[in-house]
Amino acid sequence: MRHLSVAAAGFLGIALVAGCASGGTRTATAGSPTPVPPAAPPLAAVAQDTTREGGLGSQYPSSYRRHPNPPVLIRNATIMTAAGQEIQGGSILFRDGKIVSVGTGAQVQPPADAVVVDGTGKWVTPGVIDVHSHLGVYAAPGTFAESDGNEATQPVTAEVWAEHSFWPQDPQIPLAIAGGVTTIQALPGSANLIGGRSAILKLIPARSVQDMKFPGAHYGLKMACGENPKRVYGQRGGPSTRMGNMAGYRNAFIAAQSYRQKWDKWNKDHQGDPPERNLRNETLAEVLRGNIYVQNHCYRADEMMQMLDLGHEFGFKIRAFHHAVEAYKIADVLAREGTASAVWADWWGFKEEAMDGIHENAALLQQAGARADIHSDDPGGIQRLNQEAAKAMYYGRRAGIPVTRDQALRWFTANAAWVLGIDSVVGTLEAGKMADVVLWSADPLSVYAKAVQVYNDGWLVYDRNDPAHQPRTDFTLGREP
Amino acid sequence: MIAFLLAQTIAITGATVFPVSGPKLENATVLIRDGRIAAVGTTVAVPQGATRIDASGKWVTPGLVDGAGQMGLREISAVQNTNEGQVQGNDVAASFNVLEGINPGSSLIRVTRIEGVTTTLATPGGALIWGQAALIDLDGATIEAMQVKAPAAMVVDLSEGSKSAGGGSRAGVAQRLRRVFNDALEYARRRNDYSRAQMQQLSASAADLEALLPVLRGQLPLIAVANRRSDIETALRIAREYNLHLILGGAAEGWMIPNEIAAAGVPVLVEPLDNIPSYDALGIRYENAALLGKGGVKVALMETATENTRDLRQQAGNAVANGMTWDQALRAVTLTPAEIFGVADRYGSLEAGRVANVVVWSGDPFEFSTGVEHVYIRGREIPLRSRQTELLERYRTLPPKY
Repeated sequence: MRHLSVAAAGFLGIALVAGCASGGTRTATAGSPTPVPPAAPPLAAVAQDTTREGGLGSQYPSSYRRHPNPPVLIRNATIMTAAGQEIQGGSILFRDGKIVSVGTGAQVQPPADAVVVDGTGKWVTPGVIDVHSHLGVYAAPGTFAESDGNEATQPVTAEVWAEHSFWPQDPQIPLAIAGGVTTIQALPGSANLIGGRSAILKLIPARSVQDMKFPGAHYGLKMACGENPKRVYGQRGGPSTRMGNMAGYRNAFIAAQSYRQKWDKWNKDHQGDPPERNLRNETLAEVLRGNIYVQNHCYRADEMMQMLDLGHEFGFKIRAFHHAVEAYKIADVLAREGTASAVWADWWGFKEEAMDGIHENAALLQQAGARADIHSDDPGGIQRLNQEAAKAMYYGRRAGIPVTRDQALRWFTANAAWVLGIDSVVGTLEAGKMADVVLWSADPLSVYAKAVQVYNDGWLVYDRNDPAHQPRTDFTLGREP
Repeated sequence: MIAFLLAQTIAITGATVFPVSGPKLENATVLIRDGRIAAVGTTVAVPQGATRIDASGKWVTPGLVDGAGQMGLREISAVQNTNEGQVQGNDVAASFNVLEGINPGSSLIRVTRIEGVTTTLATPGGALIWGQAALIDLDGATIEAMQVKAPAAMVVDLSEGSKSAGGGSRAGVAQRLRRVFNDALEYARRRNDYSRAQMQQLSASAADLEALLPVLRGQLPLIAVANRRSDIETALRIAREYNLHLILGGAAEGWMIPNEIAAAGVPVLVEPLDNIPSYDALGIRYENAALLGKGGVKVALMETATENTRDLRQQAGNAVANGMTWDQALRAVTLTPAEIFGVADRYGSLEAGRVANVVVWSGDPFEFSTGVEHVYIRGREIPLRSRQTELLERYRTLPPKY
């Protein structure tokens, strides 16, 4: 009863949303002032993790390495691929971190060295992806010492990176893994208009955040609309209004435009000394180039329309609105713009801009042809994104809005992968995809289902029935009875 | 009540009925008359003129009861002007009864009741002694019409959240609580001396000390919020010392000492979906409710997020996923909380004579695939409408017709 009567308090200061600017393809980095070594991610990368100024790709590279594992065959399970199929009596084989084949039993032949898992009566899905998490940056046990998610010292802090706050020993991480989560976007908080870069992470036990960084993933830029920035800065020099918020974003991107032009010119002609680096503008310039995705915390429909206009003014796309409790009011516009909405199934009412949340938000977005995603923004909710998606699907259906099981599954797998720009690598169970696989005790759209096994890149990171595969962080050692 | 006089006779027929106080009945009838349950069974004759609800294939349960939250006391958590659940500047707010702060017009009430939760505990907030909680039905134009029992319990906080009221130490919290209790007893013995100002200064106002007397006489239950094992043990110790009627709230580490809690005869209110460790409860885990139940403790489940009180059924489903039996979980959101708050003679089960808080579900109430088909509160069929259903209808097709 920590929250006998104050349950919502936790949402306010901490919960934040990100949104992404869509990106074009990543560009090569010839001409960087510091030579960028060829990024050599161990896995097929969506794009090269490089930015131009300063060779950041070389300075803060992913050191992720796939954990060696024997091949695994799960057979006679119901396999939900998130690619349109639900296969009864299905088998899935993966080896060396890659899905080899998915099909009915006869189609999938196990290698001699494969570990064979009996999936009878169980379900298999892709690994769960949460595009909105503060794990590691707002770590448990939740004291000031672990409160590293909001650099709430000025309203625009595009220069900070969530990975530099991320604590891999956050005891909430194993809890999320036990909920089937294999990839997260760890975001800065929503105190700021522009809160900083997100980190796209493989959710695995690791000594450093570098060992978790998803190879080749696009960084996100956390931006926030509405109440939070004006509440935080209203008495501290502003912004104190929504119009002040808009002016703040615009001023930041005007500066970034100029910065980008100088660097693009220098990268092309190498005339004279390179321009001086500026961390804030460096990140924003990458947004303008389409290499960093805007992940935009925004609740109200009218504000989302303003933010879309902001993107039009500066030529970037918003990859996803996060929280987006009113996205259903503009589902047609969001479909046209190609901007995703990462929403909750039923959070509403904890603040004024969240008053119009409805259960059918995701279903209405789906129906309109917009891209829907179910996110958590919460260390509890991340453990049951399957439940939240189920809730949203069934409420939609009861309202007469058709949603398929595959679509609901995609809300926390394939669509989430798209929001992060890693949908060619993860998010579905298809041959060639990374072996992020969850075995469930029952239909994952049932309240009674629990993850039984979780494979991340083929590595058995969680097994409900084997304490040897139940990771614990350093924090919990020696504490529990 | 006017609502009772207008109520029709309603017969819910052909359903799978879960009376909770007895075994499941197949193809059964629930007869509602004048706001009460008139009969439940497989051979109930439906009177002429009764409104028949064909519930073949449906599941019927008592309305769900949530022993937590601030329904009616907070419209929007972040908007202070809409919050009524706490008095400022008084750590011993025993005389604060939330009842007149409740807004029967709150939009949260409609959002909640159409999801099958019909009765909630409106709890105060604060530090140390929060005040008096009220049990309310989620229907009625006035607080008099909504009231089930007020006060239903006094609430004190023995968790980390109260430390400031104890000078920064849990030991200080316990000592201060004892001093307040002792002063209340002293006040009761020497009212005349008190009124003539012939007593040492007491640690709380006369009104607050007076309000504690029903607690100290064992007449009014005391909910003690406690999560750490040692805090739970402090609550049990103080309850023994003063012979209190104790209810534990939270009890996150209760699973460590279920036998001790059971031996004390103390029931607990547990939120199943809470496993995030803090220094207030590093041992918090999903299996708490099930392990307490297995240890013989009377367990009621709660959803503490006021605006999402409707997720009580998801809490119950997860309690089942983590070891409770389904029957236990249903009891833990109906009859058990009714027993804990002393209203089981009227609430929490489907039996003749009980208040007709009844829900017809399309299936297992804990499953996401299940929807609410009918809700009755005190025998009145509740229209399945809320702000949210109206928003859905307005924006179902775009652009909306304003």
